[in-house]
Amino acid sequence: MSSDTTGPAPPGTSTRVGAPAGTAAFWCDRCGTPAGEGDHTACRAARQWEPPRHCGHCRRRMKVQVLPISWAAVCVEHGETRA
Amino acid sequence: MPEILDQARTQVLENGVGLDEAGVLAVLNLPDEHLPAALQLAHEVRMRWCGPEVEVEGIVSLKTGGCPEDCHFCSQSGLFTSPVRAVWLDIPSLVEAAKQTAKTGATEFCIVAAVRGPDDRLMRQLREGVAAIRAEVDIQVAASVGMLTQEQVDELVEMGVHRYNHNLETCRSYFPNVVTTHSWEERWETLRMVRESGMEVCCGGILGLGETVEQRAEFAAQLAELDPHEVPLNFLNPRPGTPLEDRSVVEGKDALRAIAAFRLAMPRTILRYAGGRELTLGDLGTRSGLLGGINAVIVGNYLTTLGRPATTDLELLQDLKMPVKALSATL
Repeated sequence: MSSDTTGPAPPGTSTRVGAPAGTAAFWCDRCGTPAGEGDHTACRAARQWEPPRHCGHCRRRMKVQVLPISWAAVCVEHGETRA
Repeated sequence: MPEILDQARTQVLENGVGLDEAGVLAVLNLPDEHLPAALQLAHEVRMRWCGPEVEVEGIVSLKTGGCPEDCHFCSQSGLFTSPVRAVWLDIPSLVEAAKQTAKTGATEFCIVAAVRGPDDRLMRQLREGVAAIRAEVDIQVAASVGMLTQEQVDELVEMGVHRYNHNLETCRSYFPNVVTTHSWEERWETLRMVRESGMEVCCGGILGLGETVEQRAEFAAQLAELDPHEVPLNFLNPRPGTPLEDRSVVEGKDALRAIAAFRLAMPRTILRYAGGRELTLGDLGTRSGLLGGINAVIVGNYLTTLGRPATTDLELLQDLKMPVKALSATL
């Protein structure tokens, strides 16, 4: 699991393909607001049962495909995260 | 023992006749101290009229998001500010998903699309996908692509789709509070055509949309009148951006009461755990439901949200000594 993938919500075993090296997530990957502002406790809890919807690096809404035992989320700028 | 449970023991367990709306309401209104007895009776009914096997299913979204309808619970409506973006699944990925599902021991694989009804493009994609799955994967294929024309019903039968899901979602009297872009009756008409085609009817809904307990009983009675082969039971998982995003999830005990009540209304149907059980029931409640009338599960992830790992549910079934229904038993 890479550490710069998904903002404040730990997705467990997610892996980002093509992530910019060394850039920390700035946006909450669930609600799309700044990860460092406000309370994202509910977002973290919800992420146990949800894939990310926003790119942690640029806030763009991602194209997300949920499959029976996996998911993949694609940001046009920052690539794919999957688990 | 409450009178309604005595009545259900004779009427439902012994004679196989489901409770009517008033009976379902009485079960839904049982005080907490009688919930274990209701679940135990529902479990006995399930074992008597369905047997110990559990049907396992996986579902996948062929077309996600961008739906023109306004189902207030759904993050895939294009009318709300949901973060869910439109995306199509390609055929190789669809077949791979079916293979993954089959590996869990599932006998059912349901292909779902977020649409009002299928257009030519979706029907072509479905035809290609179903053919590819049937050629490569040993699993029964079901579909859920909205409201159908008679021509489309016939086409699905010809493709080899053996079961069609079309949820009524909630009771007739509450439906206009949940959906305004089409009617409950339009859904019923699709279900009628599906039944007449010979495909198995899969029809359930979501509890916790704001319906009253009386309306929950009304819903169970309407489903019993439809007499579907399968009833998927969802519990609202409030989705960001939808009109129901601020609703509370159903209380665990109310969910279990509903499971028992729906089983006592429909002793022979496949009653399936679907979405929302992770939030509403957790691990302990999931177990209680399987010992309270449930005899089928969706394993793994849902359409836009994640479920428990398939292995967790399969281990639970093993622990409960409930065999997974084999494919040979469904043919």
